[in-house]
Amino acid sequence: MERVVDPVTKRPVLWRQHSEEIGFAVLVVALLAAPFLVYPLFVMQALCFALFACAFNLLIGYVGLLSFGHALYFGWASYLSAHAAKVWGVPPEAAILIGTATAAGLGLVAGSLAIRRQGIYFAMITLALAQMMYFVAVRAKFTGGEDGIQGVPRGMLFGLFDLRNDMTMYVLVLAIFLIGMAIIYRIIHSPFGEVLKAIRENETRAISLGYKTERYKLLAFVLSATLAGVAGSTKALLVQIASLTDVNWPMSGEVVLMSLVGGLGTLFGPVVGSFVILTMQYKLAFMGEWVLVIQGVIFVACVLLFRRGIVGELAKLLRVRGL
Amino acid sequence: MFTIFGIPSAALFGQLLIGLINGSFYALLSLGLAVIFGMLNIINFTHGAQYMLGALSAYLLLKYSGLGYWPALLIAPLLVGAIGVVIERLFLQWLYKLDHLYGLLLTFGLALIIEGIGRNYFGSAGLPYTLPDSLRGGQNLGFMFLPNYRVWVIVASLTVCLGTWFVIERTRIGAYLRAATENPTLVRAFGINVPRMITLTYGFGAALAAFAGVMAAPIYNVSPNMGSELIIVVFAVVVIGGMGSIMGAIVTGFGLGVVEGLTKVFFPEASNTVIFVIMAIVLLVRPAGLFGRRA
Repeated sequence: MERVVDPVTKRPVLWRQHSEEIGFAVLVVALLAAPFLVYPLFVMQALCFALFACAFNLLIGYVGLLSFGHALYFGWASYLSAHAAKVWGVPPEAAILIGTATAAGLGLVAGSLAIRRQGIYFAMITLALAQMMYFVAVRAKFTGGEDGIQGVPRGMLFGLFDLRNDMTMYVLVLAIFLIGMAIIYRIIHSPFGEVLKAIRENETRAISLGYKTERYKLLAFVLSATLAGVAGSTKALLVQIASLTDVNWPMSGEVVLMSLVGGLGTLFGPVVGSFVILTMQYKLAFMGEWVLVIQGVIFVACVLLFRRGIVGELAKLLRVRGL
Repeated sequence: MFTIFGIPSAALFGQLLIGLINGSFYALLSLGLAVIFGMLNIINFTHGAQYMLGALSAYLLLKYSGLGYWPALLIAPLLVGAIGVVIERLFLQWLYKLDHLYGLLLTFGLALIIEGIGRNYFGSAGLPYTLPDSLRGGQNLGFMFLPNYRVWVIVASLTVCLGTWFVIERTRIGAYLRAATENPTLVRAFGINVPRMITLTYGFGAALAAFAGVMAAPIYNVSPNMGSELIIVVFAVVVIGGMGSIMGAIVTGFGLGVVEGLTKVFFPEASNTVIFVIMAIVLLVRPAGLFGRRA
């Protein structure tokens, strides 16, 4: 583990060493206070997108794989979760599990195809596969085509907690988000995560050291798709709609943008990015299609001037180990 | 009129023709992508938007300056090519030393900007573009009706594709281009202005896309969304063909267009997805692509 030492005394600086833990604490406090300060439904939606962006970032930030089709897992998980809750009448925890399992299965299939090519081709393949499944969603009967699946019941969590209450729902969304973050934290700081970073830095070298990099990449891909599925399933219950918007390519682009703005390869960047982008979309909704133009401008600006993203710049400013 | 496999010949050949038309656009666009990728190492996501800009310029030229199809076929590519040169100088030239992924992200952003502006002023609905009189009508071949314009599109795009192939593979300037793709530093040492070549290559690729866009305008309606839908399919085409070979891009483009057309006849439900399915199969069987070299 890299140690952050004070340049003068050469002793490790404790708070810089534990920046990620401190970041977690700040995040938890902020999110516990948030529903009393901001419209809770907005925070919950932002948390779903934040988990989605973190799942995406797990691939680009720690394995160096740009998936340009992550809407596939998010959107299909939300369809299956919505369908299970509405048509099959299963309780919400089961609906989320069904959606998540769908995303994991799709991730396994798409991932094993996409990892057969590297770099730029990987991005094009994931985008193309996502577009294929978008067309399947347009055609399939159960997705309701242009209308989507509407009026999804939130139901009773474990038969005990009524999720129609926004505060109860908030606790569930927050718990899912924090568990998701904890899983990601655990993954990137495990020996498995270290191998992923080795693949990101130099795949040939990782192979020569005896690692079966394809298996590592595939597992990382499936984990990322699964977490995106958790986010999608939860979002479908939250907003009670599953629609084509969530499986279409602009959604894949949006999650890239969120991660890029917040900072690729940072733990909290995608969270910050998703709150920033969603806030922008809400505040500028009156501008109609210009929002698309603004998002494009942010893309260009981030790539040219601001590649570390908000959290990446902050981490550099504070000279901490990670954020 | 006769039937083949229980399908009326007119329907079968009609779809085959549409397949060849779509194939022309796939070929022109994947050719441009391959040429740009060869020189710039960037996957040009803006390609779809540039195709749309071509069609849109043709529409605007007709509406506001009365310039018809033929002048548009020349002016629109020049215009979009010039915009491409500006884009390369302003944005892309800073990315060559970075990871390829940043090029994709930046050109994606540019595509959003262009498409967003288009939607603001022209909405999402299609704008009709009328055919030039000289290309109206068609031939009745007995087994099908052959519209003149569609023949023209296929012939024109085939000519442009093969012309591009000839320039790159058989002329001196093409030799410089190929050499610069392999080793730009060495080519510069011989006194060739490689950065300018890169700029012009990007402009040329953008112009190709615009050329395809003008030809598409009378067939499909002109709409700000027309490019983004097409570009994803073209990405799949590029994955199937591999970007190593110019001729490979042309053959794959036309071939997949025909396959897609035939799918429309026999399994209409699968016509949107067939190219992606073929991509998946190719990835399983020949991961480097049909004409690709292992990187």
